[in-house]
Amino acid sequence: MSSRLDTPRRVGLLVTCLMDAMRPAAAFATVRLLEAAGFTVDVPRAQTCCGQPGYNGADEQTARALARRVMEMFADHEAVIVPSGSCAGMLIHHYPKLCAPGTAEHAAAALAAKTSELCAFLHRHDVQPLEKRWRGGKVVWHDSCASLRESSTAEAARAVLGKIDGLDLMEAAEAESCCGFGGLFAVKLPELSLELADRKIAALMATGADIVCGPDPGCLLHLESRIRARDLPLRVMHVAELLAGEAPS
Amino acid sequence: MSFRARSRAALADAALQKALANVPPGFVAKRARAVAAWADFESVRKTAAAHKRAVLADLETHLARFTERAEAAGARVHRAANAGRARAVITGILRRAGARAVVKGKSMVSEEIDLTAALEEAGFAVTETDLGEYIIQLRHERPSHIIAPAVHLSREQIAADFLNAHDDLPPDRDMADNAALVEEARAVLRQRFCAADAGIIGANALIAETGTTMLVTNEGNGDLCANLPRLLIVIASIEKLVVDFAGAANLIRLLARSATGQEISVYTSFFTGVRRDDEAGGPEEMHIVLLDNGRRALLGTPFSDMLACIRCGACLNHCPVFQAVGGHAYGDVYPGPMGLALQPALKPAALEDGIIEGCTMCGRCAEVCPMLIPLPDLIRQHRFRAHEKGYGARAVRGGLRLWAWLAARPAAYRLATRLGGWLLRRFPMLARARGRKLPAPAGAPFMVRRRS
Repeated sequence: MSSRLDTPRRVGLLVTCLMDAMRPAAAFATVRLLEAAGFTVDVPRAQTCCGQPGYNGADEQTARALARRVMEMFADHEAVIVPSGSCAGMLIHHYPKLCAPGTAEHAAAALAAKTSELCAFLHRHDVQPLEKRWRGGKVVWHDSCASLRESSTAEAARAVLGKIDGLDLMEAAEAESCCGFGGLFAVKLPELSLELADRKIAALMATGADIVCGPDPGCLLHLESRIRARDLPLRVMHVAELLAGEAPS
Repeated sequence: MSFRARSRAALADAALQKALANVPPGFVAKRARAVAAWADFESVRKTAAAHKRAVLADLETHLARFTERAEAAGARVHRAANAGRARAVITGILRRAGARAVVKGKSMVSEEIDLTAALEEAGFAVTETDLGEYIIQLRHERPSHIIAPAVHLSREQIAADFLNAHDDLPPDRDMADNAALVEEARAVLRQRFCAADAGIIGANALIAETGTTMLVTNEGNGDLCANLPRLLIVIASIEKLVVDFAGAANLIRLLARSATGQEISVYTSFFTGVRRDDEAGGPEEMHIVLLDNGRRALLGTPFSDMLACIRCGACLNHCPVFQAVGGHAYGDVYPGPMGLALQPALKPAALEDGIIEGCTMCGRCAEVCPMLIPLPDLIRQHRFRAHEKGYGARAVRGGLRLWAWLAARPAAYRLATRLGGWLLRRFPMLARARGRKLPAPAGAPFMVRRRS
């Protein structure tokens, strides 16, 4: 792990729009984890959304405008933490594509270099979970697509969760398949989105788990909304909540 | 009909869903095993992807070289700017040769230009000889997958089609297993091969250094199409060019593993010119039709990456949307991620029916693409263009505008998220919509409560 010298003491948090509005407990859990590890957490007041809906949904101009806001907001932070695989992927991989040479490409590259998804950051700095001993039931892990392919979360999350005694993380079949959220995809093609959710939920439940845990508020909200509509015995937790010792929803 | 309507119909089609359930174990698992067992996958992938991009950067030179070498070997090379021109060239060749019965190998380019229908309309008797293509020809359907054209069908459906089509065979014959169906198709197709005046095949590569066309099949039907009739026509699109046999060899190694998980296709054949005097077989007359149909215009644009596509089908097989709805829902011969990236690039009208929305941006297609094509990025570029042109549901566009306005105004945004959460807690019925029940947030938004 890194020495104390290259460990940032003050970190910026992009809480992400879905976690802010729909799962505030996970945002507080994120702050608690970081503060307990000795980091000062700065949450820029002007933050709203990273721009992903516009970026994947069609509106390039709005996505670019929001990217610039985020780049300015975190210009002075040494490290930026994002408790969402897809939003972290947006800052790390997609902002640089949105900023053509001669526009703000240096700022985008600088932000990308200092941005980490939460689990990747916790793992890199050897942060200990606040939850020491798990007694909460069987947990199955759901990698989000972005956390598998864009934010180096998959291994880091398993390593950090592995520090909790009594937590045997289960793996579902077809774990690399998308859960069908896809942001505006779920709005534009709702039947397909639900079908993919049902397939994912079936694979998760086939493990016999009581709880599904993951690093991406988008996937979790999508799956939870379907689980509740079907009244299924599967609860949902964001990885920050589990690490911080919160109860599942 | 929109993509959404077609995908809804596909989800409700029980026979289709049963057939599609074979895709993950059949293709995804086999590819994973083949790639895991091949230490050179990443390095060959990089070499092949770079080779293809270098060819595309100097396409005219390689095309000229290919043409010169192929004609030196006795073939005639034709350039077709568009589908209509390609159909006219091929019809003309067949007419001049006095051909009537035509056997055809599998070719996505021939599907792209709707060749079989055009030839039938012109009076030729055309038989598709790839088993999957033969089945869908009997059903008057289009392929639903670029390498497995009948993947949307179950064995029971195929048996019923054969009972219906092969009415000279005893109706009570045993058709219970795949082997029986294959044997029956083989017997029927053998007669067609022997009686054919001309063969039409596609190409997986055009090798510039020798003027050779390369074809891979698992059934050997392409070789019979090419070698039994006296006239051979090869149809291929211009981006199939590679510099040399080394370039072609890398494509073979990537193609079979990515497509079906085989190390190599069962038949891999190279066709260079007409039958020579000392040869016992092969065509007396060979034509190669090179199709552009919008491709050259892609050079120098982001979509030129699609000209590196080798049509392995890995992106289809790994796509959650394709796995759920199959190929016909895409309304074109090119489905799945490669279809979303290619269709609107070749014909902008494809932006209108919403197929480009059929992608969750999960990125698995790019992860498995042997030619390193950034498929989600290309699909996103199409979405940007569609948005600029004003396509898409008015409610969604309005929602996006409202979101964009709020996201740039933190104070208003806080009010909106606060109000939204309050409404969900106060009126639980608002949380239920379209098969979902949104969880009400536990308390006011984080950004409202957080003080620092």
